[in-house]
Amino acid sequence: MDFKSSDTIPGPRTEDHLPHTAQAAVKIVIVGGFGVGKTTMVGSVSEIRPLTTEETMTQAGIGVDDNYGSDSKTATTVAMDFGRISITDKLVLYLFGTPGQERFWFLWNGLFEGALGAVVLVDTRRLEVSFDVMGRLEERGVPFVVAVNSFPDGPRYPVEELRTALDLAPDIPIMECDVRRRASSKDVLMTLMRFLHSLALSGALI
Amino acid sequence: MTPPRRKRRRPQPVASPPPPSPEPASGPDKPGNPERLYTIAGSADGARAELDLVTLIVARSAPPPSASPEEAAVLRLCAAPLSLAELSAYLQLPFSAMTVVITKLITTELVQARAPIVRQAVADRSLLEAVMHGLQKL
Repeated sequence: MDFKSSDTIPGPRTEDHLPHTAQAAVKIVIVGGFGVGKTTMVGSVSEIRPLTTEETMTQAGIGVDDNYGSDSKTATTVAMDFGRISITDKLVLYLFGTPGQERFWFLWNGLFEGALGAVVLVDTRRLEVSFDVMGRLEERGVPFVVAVNSFPDGPRYPVEELRTALDLAPDIPIMECDVRRRASSKDVLMTLMRFLHSLALSGALI
Repeated sequence: MTPPRRKRRRPQPVASPPPPSPEPASGPDKPGNPERLYTIAGSADGARAELDLVTLIVARSAPPPSASPEEAAVLRLCAAPLSLAELSAYLQLPFSAMTVVITKLITTELVQARAPIVRQAVADRSLLEAVMHGLQKL
């Protein structure tokens, strides 16, 4: 890490600067298995090139906040890609794509607890990879929608068959999407927001 | 072809909130404590500010001569608001190391931290509507 010259430190492009009026941020988490398209989805809607934040995890250090030192034998670097959407000149939305394994989640304080909600991205070729994630979100009371990223070589199931297979509560939205397309990714986020809004109206949001 | 099936889970009793940041044990490291890759030193008591990935950081001043290289880099980057996640990405520092740097800068009043809006027990409908409106414009 060489910080000697400020010229060597990459930073946001001028057009990527947030206005000084930006007062607060909210976040949405996109969660799913490896290769399901989390980063693609972040990239398709983000106003900045997706960035990566990392955390170092050690066997001994799991769950220990201040133990970011590492033993080369057991250290694992866990990366999380994210993007940004300016909502107003005061409000910013961040999208985080995170691996499905819960053991990674608490590396980042409040990743899910503080999020408005989550998108569970599902690949029909490996449906069962997402089972545990959904269970964890249910246990934690994190509202989520399910987005089925359509891969050409994946099996196609009718959405209602998937709802049954995933044992989703009737009110949880499930939809097909193509996360490479901005409009499709935007639809998924809008579906999540409408769901959160309906929960807020019914007072069901815990 | 039938897809594999899952069994829905119920919300678990709300875990008691984490205790207010316990004071880290001081004194010599316990045996077997792995060697640290990062040697960024925060405040002596190890206290950290409540920082989220999306806490926005804004510099209050230009880097003073006393600033460490990391602190100076943060102050230059935060001329406009930047989230902690972005700082971690641009400076290629792990998030936890980043919080150490930022905590010191908050303590010394060189940066301002703008807390995120988190999911509330009673959801803020106007906030949700603002986000929806913003997404519509994409």
